[in-house]
Order: sequence, then structure tokens, then C-alpha cells
Amino acid sequence: MKAITANRLTDGRVIYRTVEGQWSTDLAEAERLDSEEADARLAEAEGEFGVAVGPYLIEVEDDRPGGQKWRRETIRLTGPTTGSTHRAA
Amino acid sequence: MYKYDTYDHSLVRERIDEFRDQVERRLDGRLTEDQFKPLRLMNGVYLQLHAYMLRVAIPYGTLNGPQVRTLGHIARTYDKGYGHFTTRTNIQYNWPKLVDIPDILEDLAKVEMHAIQTSGNCIRNVTADPFAGAAADEIEDGRPWAEIIRQWSTFHPEFTFLPRKFKIAVNGAGEDRAGIRVHDIGLQIVRNAAGETGFEVWVGGGQGRTPRLGRKIRDFLAPEDLLSYLTAILRVYNQHGRRDNLYKARIKILVEALGAGEFGRQTEEEWAHIREGELKLPAAEIARIRAFFDAPPIAEATAIPATGRADFAQWLRRNRRDHKVAGLSSVVISLKPVGGAPGDITADQLDAVAGIAERYGFDEVRATPDQNLVLPHVRNADLEAVFDALAAAGLATANAGLATDIVACPGLDYCSLANARSIPIAQAISSLIEAEGLAGDVGDVTIKIDGCINACGHHHVAHIGVLGVDKRGEEFYQITLGGAFGTDAAIGNIVGKGLAGDDVPAAIVRLLRTYLEIRDENERFIDTLRRVGDEAFKESIYVAA
Repeated sequence: MKAITANRLTDGRVIYRTVEGQWSTDLAEAERLDSEEADARLAEAEGEFGVAVGPYLIEVEDDRPGGQKWRRETIRLTGPTTGSTHRAA
Repeated sequence: MYKYDTYDHSLVRERIDEFRDQVERRLDGRLTEDQFKPLRLMNGVYLQLHAYMLRVAIPYGTLNGPQVRTLGHIARTYDKGYGHFTTRTNIQYNWPKLVDIPDILEDLAKVEMHAIQTSGNCIRNVTADPFAGAAADEIEDGRPWAEIIRQWSTFHPEFTFLPRKFKIAVNGAGEDRAGIRVHDIGLQIVRNAAGETGFEVWVGGGQGRTPRLGRKIRDFLAPEDLLSYLTAILRVYNQHGRRDNLYKARIKILVEALGAGEFGRQTEEEWAHIREGELKLPAAEIARIRAFFDAPPIAEATAIPATGRADFAQWLRRNRRDHKVAGLSSVVISLKPVGGAPGDITADQLDAVAGIAERYGFDEVRATPDQNLVLPHVRNADLEAVFDALAAAGLATANAGLATDIVACPGLDYCSLANARSIPIAQAISSLIEAEGLAGDVGDVTIKIDGCINACGHHHVAHIGVLGVDKRGEEFYQITLGGAFGTDAAIGNIVGKGLAGDDVPAAIVRLLRTYLEIRDENERFIDTLRRVGDEAFKESIYVAA
């Protein structure tokens, strides 16, 4: 399955598009899309103004980022993996 | 250091007002992202994986105490309590909100700082020797020239939309600590037979996906001709540099295509038209700028203190540098605690550095291309107090130039361009080297790590380089050997197939153990590598992989 992600305009934080067309920081709330509807939903997101910057599709497997970009998207979801030196708040 | 005049203040002030308006128009929808992106980039604002990133310019790496304290204030107030010093001697904040950035720029302006020309295809921040004005091997302080270049290049209308970004380095010492051969233009201050100082001019160096060492196109350029000659180089590049292919747009590609001889000939031809014009630097103006860069203060010639303290003695051995004034030393503040993120510094640590610089360091701090800081002028009599104050702030790691003093780009933990992580690899390597007790025995060696081929972490010019690549969703790391950053600049060779990230630290440790086994007496790692070649080391990298 796929989901739509972007960065939030005001602060750049990672967000996901929900079934209602809203945006959430929680991947679990993201709308799951099959291949046929994904492009149309993405086009809708791209046409919207105000909340999201640069929406794009990601693979989701078992409620986690999947596909070849799984690591990048996991880091986007959960934060840097650089340990305890400067943990993200 | 240089102090803003009315023109500098108004220029920065106007830019903040302009950017505040642009942010407001972006937020209320009058600007689209496509329209806004080039505007925010001109103000150092990137959009990375998790958040916006603000890159703040530190002109030729020079800071004073109030500036460092302001950097701490920004980290604490608008970010997550830390900042990240880069190999370009700038500082980056990884978590600012777009809505806060105009206020951050206001705070920076109060201490004569900004984020202008930290992105885009313009002339970027000039790199200088972090020990400029202090180094015992200095021919002449390069900072006045870096400042003259800064003033000339800031918002230069002819060079605002070059084919690609453009980086200039100025080095005034015998040892190249600015990396002149890996910059688009490298300026080495030299003395001619008559005893006059001027510049050797190198062009076409750079790292990234096509690493090249710069080529010398002029043996001696008189100082008053600096800006006209730079203009001539940039005009040749602006005219002929490729704009059709992002990957072939840097000046290094043009210099290679034309040949350094032909590039130099065209530069001289253009220069002949402009050298006697308005760009000739008046002696009075050179003297005015030089006056901002005070000579090191005269000190009583106190000796380096003898000590029975092992920790202080080790710090002196690794982090102290000779100064050109008797009684003074320079010291490196390592931002490489074992297991830490290279270049990261907390808000409290920034406050501590500011206080130490003001109390003991004649109010000067430098950022280095190795992602460390330097106090260029410290009285020998104050060295122990500086060490104790740094230790109290967690900044007294005695590893400058050792294998744990690792350079790393932000990598996939932050950067939207990266393919693989860098910082965790650096952390794992330094932790394993420390656990094995190897750093002291190995001595001087450079290890630099990149998460993509853009090479912000300078892996090409490391004795041991590590380049992260992505293969179908998995991280692998190529090892390069034999690169060097300074006077003996060299591009490292890839030694073989990539390793899994978990295998890299042990491979590096085996490599270092091989060096210890085969080195001749007093031979540094790079000397042994150059003597025996890659093969002996290659076996140690792959033996158990």
C-alpha cells in the first residue's frame, strides 16, 4: 500500500495525509492507498494550499515505511538515529 | 575582527525585512513553494528530512564571544538545544520553524551575522586558515583578503546566478589549512624574490561526484589586483561554464575541458581589459581592512606550563599549537567526543566557549574545516585554566588530529540529499577505536565520512574516507585510501566493494592495526600508505568481511 507524506509548511515537520484530506504527524492515521487511487490522491494534495510542502507517495508495509526507501522514511517518521548525544525533542 | 559599517548594517537589515515579508507571503499563500524556494535558499533556509535547516554564515570561520553566545541563544530558543558546525566553517540548525526564522535573523544581525550566500549558485563563504593571524608558520594573515572578497562578492549582481555554487579559499601559512586545492579558486599567499607578498592562484578544485585538485594558473598576483583577477576568472567561468547539466556545471569541469593553460590564458585576456579599472584595490583601503585584524596581543613570554596532570598534558600534546608570538598558544576545541556526533555543540557549550574566549582568548574563536573550534590566542599562563573550563563544559577531548577526530556530514539522519547515514558510522568507529585503545598509538590520521557523493564530509581528501551508498534500500560503505586535504592534497582511491555499515568500524580498526604492524619508525599513517600502497591495507579491510 501507499501513503502520502510531506513536510508541514510552518515548521517543516513530517506529516501524512489522512482519509479526510487532513494532515497528521502519525503515520497510523495516514490514508492507505492502492496503486490505482494513489496518483489521483497525490494530485489532489499537490493542488491544495497552505499546510503541506512537497507531497509525495511512500510505500507502507505492516504500518511501517516499506519499499526501497524504507530507511529514509523510517528516519523521517521516528527521527535521527544518532543516539543519545542530542536526542530530538 | 571586522566590524560592520553603516552599509553592512543596512544591507543585512534590508534583507531581513525583505525575507520576513517573503515568509509572510508564503504562509498566506501569495507565494507558492516553487516561488518561495529560491528566496528561502538565498537566506540559508533549506527543507531537510524532518524540518527546515538554517545555515548561518561564519565569514572565514571567525567569531567573537557575543556571536558565539548568540549562536547558543538561537540553539536554546528556536532549536532543540544544539547546533552543528560544518566543514565549510558555518553552523547549521536542524530544527527551526519557518515562522521563527525572521526572528532568528534579527538576533543574528544584532551581533553582525546573517545567513546570506550560504546557498545558491553564488560566491559562498570564503574559507581561511583557522589559525590565521596566530600560526607560527604564517607568511601573512589571510583574513583581510577574505574580508575584502566577502565585501566584493556579497550580492554581486554579475555573480549571483553563476552556473553553480562557487567557493574561494585563502591560505596565508606554509601549511595549507584552508584547502586551496579543493576549492573553485584557491589563493595561497606567497613571498616573491623581492620580499613582497602576493597570491598564487589555483582554479578548478572541488570534491563532489567529480573530485579534482585545483591547477595553478598564476605564480604571483599583486595584492592590489586581487579583485580584478577574481572577476576575470569568474567571467570566463560565467561565460563558458555549463548550465545544461547540473553535474558538469562547476568550474572544475570547465578547467578540465579547456585545460588549465587555456583557462589561464582566457583569464589573463579578460584581466587585461579590467586590471587598471575600478577594481584595483587602493593601498588605503587595504590598510583600512587590515586594521580590523589586530596583531596578536603582546604577551609576556611565559613558557608552556609543566604539569604532573596526565589529562592536561595529553590535551597540550594533541590540542595546543605553536603561536607566532612568544608566550601565546592556539588551542583546538575538539567537537568530537568519543561516540558523539561530529561538529555538534550544545547551547550550554556555546555559552561556555563564549565565556572562555572572552576571559582567556582575546574574544576570538574560529570554526575549522574539521568541524572543530579554535581559540587562536591564549596566554601560555592561562592554558591550564582554559583546559579546566573546557573540561567542565565537556569540551576538553584531547584528540585533535587523532583517529577519533572524525569528520562526518549530517548524512541520512538529517539531509534530504543523503543516501546513507554518516554520523552513526562516525560514532561507532570512534567508540571502537577508543575501546581498542588505538588512537594514541596510531597518532595523526584523518577519517572522513560522507552519506552521499556530494562529499560535504570531505571523504575524498581523507587518509581514510568512507562513502555511504544505497543499494536497493540497504546502506553500504566504500572505503577510500590516500586522500589528503592540505599542502599534499590528494584524492583518495576506492579500494574495493562496499561494506555493510556494521562491518565498517572493525574494518577501520584492522586497517589501523596493519599500519602499526608495518610502519617504519616515526612514520605517519599516510606516509606508510604512500610507501607500501593500498594493497596491504586492502587485505586487512576485507579479510573478515
